[in-house]
Amino acid sequence: MNELRTILGDVVTRLFTERVTKDLLESAETGAWPDALWQAVEENGLTWPLVPESKGGAGGTWGDAFVVARAAGRHVVPLPIVETIVGSWLLAASGLDVPSGALTLAPVHREERLRLSRAGNAWRLSGAAARVPWGRAAGHVVVVAEADGRTMVALAARGAVEVKADQNLAREPRDTLLFEQTPVVAAAAAGGGVPPQATLLYGALARSAQMAGGLDYLLRQASQYATERRQFGKPIGSFQVIQQNLAVLAGHTAAAGTAAAHAFGAADRGDAAFEIAAAKVRVGEAAGIAASIAHQVHGAIGFTYEHALQFTTRRLWSWRAEFGSESDWAVDLGRSVAERGADALWPHLTSR
Amino acid sequence: MQTFRFELGELPPEAEALRTEVRAFLRQELGDTPPVLRAHSWGGFDREFSKKMGARGWIAMTWPKRYGGHERSALERYVVLEEMLAAGAPVSAHWIADRQSGPLLLRFGTESQRQQFLPSIARGELSFAIGMSEPDSGSDLASLRTRAERVGGGYKVNGTKVWTSNAHLADYMIATLRTSYDPAKKHEGLTQFLVDTKLPGITMSPIIDLAGSHHFNMVVFEDVFVPEEMRVGEEGAGWKQVTTELAFERSGPERYLSSFALILELIREVGKNPSERAAATVGRLVAHLATLRQMSLSVALMLQAGENPNLEAAVVKDVGTTFEQEVPEIVHALLGLEPTIDTGSDLQQVLGFLMQRAPSFSLRGGTREILRGIIARGLGLR
Repeated sequence: MNELRTILGDVVTRLFTERVTKDLLESAETGAWPDALWQAVEENGLTWPLVPESKGGAGGTWGDAFVVARAAGRHVVPLPIVETIVGSWLLAASGLDVPSGALTLAPVHREERLRLSRAGNAWRLSGAAARVPWGRAAGHVVVVAEADGRTMVALAARGAVEVKADQNLAREPRDTLLFEQTPVVAAAAAGGGVPPQATLLYGALARSAQMAGGLDYLLRQASQYATERRQFGKPIGSFQVIQQNLAVLAGHTAAAGTAAAHAFGAADRGDAAFEIAAAKVRVGEAAGIAASIAHQVHGAIGFTYEHALQFTTRRLWSWRAEFGSESDWAVDLGRSVAERGADALWPHLTSR
Repeated sequence: MQTFRFELGELPPEAEALRTEVRAFLRQELGDTPPVLRAHSWGGFDREFSKKMGARGWIAMTWPKRYGGHERSALERYVVLEEMLAAGAPVSAHWIADRQSGPLLLRFGTESQRQQFLPSIARGELSFAIGMSEPDSGSDLASLRTRAERVGGGYKVNGTKVWTSNAHLADYMIATLRTSYDPAKKHEGLTQFLVDTKLPGITMSPIIDLAGSHHFNMVVFEDVFVPEEMRVGEEGAGWKQVTTELAFERSGPERYLSSFALILELIREVGKNPSERAAATVGRLVAHLATLRQMSLSVALMLQAGENPNLEAAVVKDVGTTFEQEVPEIVHALLGLEPTIDTGSDLQQVLGFLMQRAPSFSLRGGTREILRGIIARGLGLR
């Protein structure tokens, strides 16, 4: 890891460790927006890693974004940081200005299509996008839509959009946005490297990193708990059955981190659809198993709201289903592999 | 708690160039080898193939040239290895010596041992077996009992080794033997030896595996004389050497590719337009495969950088063997085909072979439970 990335890692870890407290998480679950934390995240330049320096961003790489996204997951930061990272990249890559404040992405389901149509010199947006993360809280929504068979990136202000509030298991906003001939702030042809389903694909990439971070936390927390909690006169971590389960958790954590890191690396190289699909599948599977083991190790106390474990496990159970579940991405991946044929599999794997 | 690091990186261009060369060689050498033979993976034993590998300079790749090596990088070796395994090449005749016996001699052997053995290993002419397990010593390696007693000019060996893969085919065995015994310090008193498998007093008998194949052996030593100069390392240094040797065994591509031939046959079977269920199955397997390759490669990159990724290697082996072991189950669940021995389709035969081979994946080179114990130690639990 290069030196700048190490510094970035230290900055996010310090910021999130200090600021993302249990009180803040509980307050966010009641619908409060942690504005001071958001300001701090923006001031530290964490939201625009992929926006060029000439436009006020960090001019960095997906590898840098991975450091931020994984830490945001590890610390269960209740803010649309990764949505803003992806949204600001989509805008900048398509030559559009990036507004300050929180961004979100639409659509987030593969079957949903939003339509852009001309109205004189301006563009208007139509269609519905369900379960948009932080839809009510983000100042703007970045949309990938079709117009005359072309892929477009558009920016809409929240104020112009009808919002139906909903939430995921972790009580993070997941809102339906209704666009009805809604005027957009700006729109442009999608830049090179922005595929038609970019919000879904790069949203899946972001969730993979957050989940990998969540698993980092679960492994550390469960290992720590196993050395502290005593039963039968000794730490429960001294029992082989607990050790074996935690070793399994360690394996899934390592696999999740690797799959996500590899996908971010691929995003820096260009076409990353294969690696992103593989990451969402592998990390999503790991998330379910890891949550199960972490809860089993913690016993009854981990099943309470009082214990912080649930802030991570409830997010994992939702995140693995968001931006396409592992079964959706596995079908995509399997079809692409089948299409290329058996003999192409190994050459393909080793060329990525 | 120690943190795990799986930093990713890319193979250098010279390693990728080598890959092309290796593929061309394998296409020529393996030609129309049937899938069920390729499924033997690193179990296949073929001295002629090993000599060709040696002639190409693909054995002993990282060793010093003065011992017949080629002073290439560990990453170039990694590429050769993964290509061999993905193609199902019969590497067994040189594989053990290349992976562990040779590196052991390089590290702990005497100069004359290196001169005597390493160049022939590098040429693919000398095959090795590993003499570790005994009837009463499997995972508990410190309980080894086969004795090597000092006699004039060397040692007299008595006892029994079991599960010694390919000992009946190998020229030499690296045997870990007991030279002294203190019940309070069982890890001490072990010493490693180079044992010529044709020495008088050695009797081999096959141990047939559940599928009826012969690769395991029971090796009985009765007053076998092993000369002093065949001792590897100091007396009593065996435990440290063995644990080093076992570390050479982990995290390589052989720890996740054992069922690769079955994945290929599965993809052929489901065709270009698979059902949604079949596509999901293939996609999941490939997601695991792609991730494991990166994990394994990450350890190789760390080794090349001179780091000591023992814990990461144990993690790769545990995750990798769990994966390769579940592939036959997944294929069964999807297709419900009957596994066969030598009738039926290629897929059925490969399934039949691997279904019966898979239980060994999480036993060989240290059981799953032992590995997870090592990982738990890394987590600070023991």
